[in-house]
Amino acid sequence: MNTQGKVFKYPDNVDTDVIIPARYLNTPDAAELALHCMEDIDTDFVKQVQPGDVMVAGWNFGCGSSREHAPLVIKTCKTGCVIAKSFARIFYRNAINIGLPILECEQAAEEIAAGDQVKVDFDTGVIADLTTGKTYQARPFPPFIQNIIAKGGLLASLKED
Amino acid sequence: MGMTMTQKILAAHAGLDSVEAGQLISAKLDIVLGNDITTPVAVNEFNKAGFTEVFDKDRVAIVLDHFVPNKDIKAAEQSKTCRDFACTHCVSHFYDVGKMGIEHALLPEQGVVTAGDCIIGADSHTCTYGALGAFSTGVGSTDMAAGMATGTAWFKVPSAIRFNLTGKLSADCSGKDVILTIIGMIGVDGALYKSMEFVGKGVHTLSMDDRLCICNMAIEAGAKNGIFPVDDVTLAYLDGRSERMPVVYEADADALYEQQIDIDLSQIVPTVSCPHLPENTRPAAELGGVKIDQVVIGSCTNGRMEDMEIAYQTLRGKKIADGVRCIIIPATMKIYKECVEKGYVSAFIDAGAVVSTPTCGPCLGGYMGILAAGEVCIATTNRNFVGRMGHVDSKVYLASPATAAASALTGYITAPQEVQS
Repeated sequence: MNTQGKVFKYPDNVDTDVIIPARYLNTPDAAELALHCMEDIDTDFVKQVQPGDVMVAGWNFGCGSSREHAPLVIKTCKTGCVIAKSFARIFYRNAINIGLPILECEQAAEEIAAGDQVKVDFDTGVIADLTTGKTYQARPFPPFIQNIIAKGGLLASLKED
Repeated sequence: MGMTMTQKILAAHAGLDSVEAGQLISAKLDIVLGNDITTPVAVNEFNKAGFTEVFDKDRVAIVLDHFVPNKDIKAAEQSKTCRDFACTHCVSHFYDVGKMGIEHALLPEQGVVTAGDCIIGADSHTCTYGALGAFSTGVGSTDMAAGMATGTAWFKVPSAIRFNLTGKLSADCSGKDVILTIIGMIGVDGALYKSMEFVGKGVHTLSMDDRLCICNMAIEAGAKNGIFPVDDVTLAYLDGRSERMPVVYEADADALYEQQIDIDLSQIVPTVSCPHLPENTRPAAELGGVKIDQVVIGSCTNGRMEDMEIAYQTLRGKKIADGVRCIIIPATMKIYKECVEKGYVSAFIDAGAVVSTPTCGPCLGGYMGILAAGEVCIATTNRNFVGRMGHVDSKVYLASPATAAASALTGYITAPQEVQS
């Protein structure tokens, strides 16, 4: 599996309240919620994002609430993956459980610029910045988590077990 | 190698003699929790995956607290989804309007959670129950669905930071000042993926409400859980309340910690987190120039009885400053009733405050106290992110009930001592 697209760059500590503000959480409908993805810090994201595009952020991406709606709206916007220096633990868990690809890579998150074209190979963890020509190696998932992802998420993996 | 208290609980629930940091385990769950925002997503996943029964109707807790009494039609539909699911599966711990409270105040109060438990909740502040000596952590809705179906969850065993508490808090400080001070020291990801274990001679000086508040905000330092040892204060709290027998776990003497941080409680001062991160802490006394439009006293962090008592002591016989809206929200119906019976509600109303039935409402910008552009609120809640309580150009300062109530009287951020007569 891989993705290729344009980079949207975000700072450290992007919290779930800006990924999807709680004022919209009176519905579980992902398509409706996705209209508001990132709007409190980036009103252009929803207008500009194309399938396969990549979010690149700093430390502690997805901190704050446990709302699964956060990775869900990013996925529903057809974002190809999120690369960050680190992820908050509940967001990390939720992303795996719902099948949103995420990669931890400090150097890539530091160096890749907004608007760059990047290509990401989830199997190898190789991130290629096609704009600068540089490549980066993300930390691979442990086999236990790879198994959940390969089976299509947590519930699908439980059914199979 | 010895185990931390958290590791001991996880090992026991995984059926293992020992575990070590980084190990992936499958653990049995004592309680699986959800609320009116996260449960509908879990119900959808549960049904979609073809599950037909919950693992144990007495081990699932569903609490309607974020948007109830329902703020609008969509919120009402979400509550109805929860209600129907609870009815279909005979969920014994289902708390609707009239019985409900803010989940993390309610479950300890009602004895649903107890010492030694392994708990997941589809709400990030599920880490609160560590105050009782339980392992308790926030997860998402899919984990909740899987937990309800199987009674188990996978965990990566966390390493831990040991907070060695000594001394005793001064009269104008409470658990909130402790946890804000710690988050200011270590940052919002200072305990990422780790346990925060609170130990030391200072522990016994902290009330259960202080401990619940401290563990509640462990997530604001990125932690997987916060946890206190079980002592006389814990056992007195659980006595006559706990539905199940408490089980006491202790960290091994040779347990491995990543770090030890010493905290002298006597040196803690009234502390405020400035916008827009909980780690932006400063002494309340240094923020006197900050004018406020609104005060919120409540939430899963600070809506308990001791918090109401502090608000009462500060506000009784006085008047809220002109131009300030003061919203007080007791966290459970039991606390609400006690506030009525003790005359606190009358005193709050006479001071010019409003008192709401239990709800998470304003804390997450849901309803019941939303801020306009440019407005400033001092709140006893737990997050001050951009747009958390309303408009993206509004600001939230986090503080203790004592500091929030003092500020309500002056209209500016005010340390508690400044208004004591």
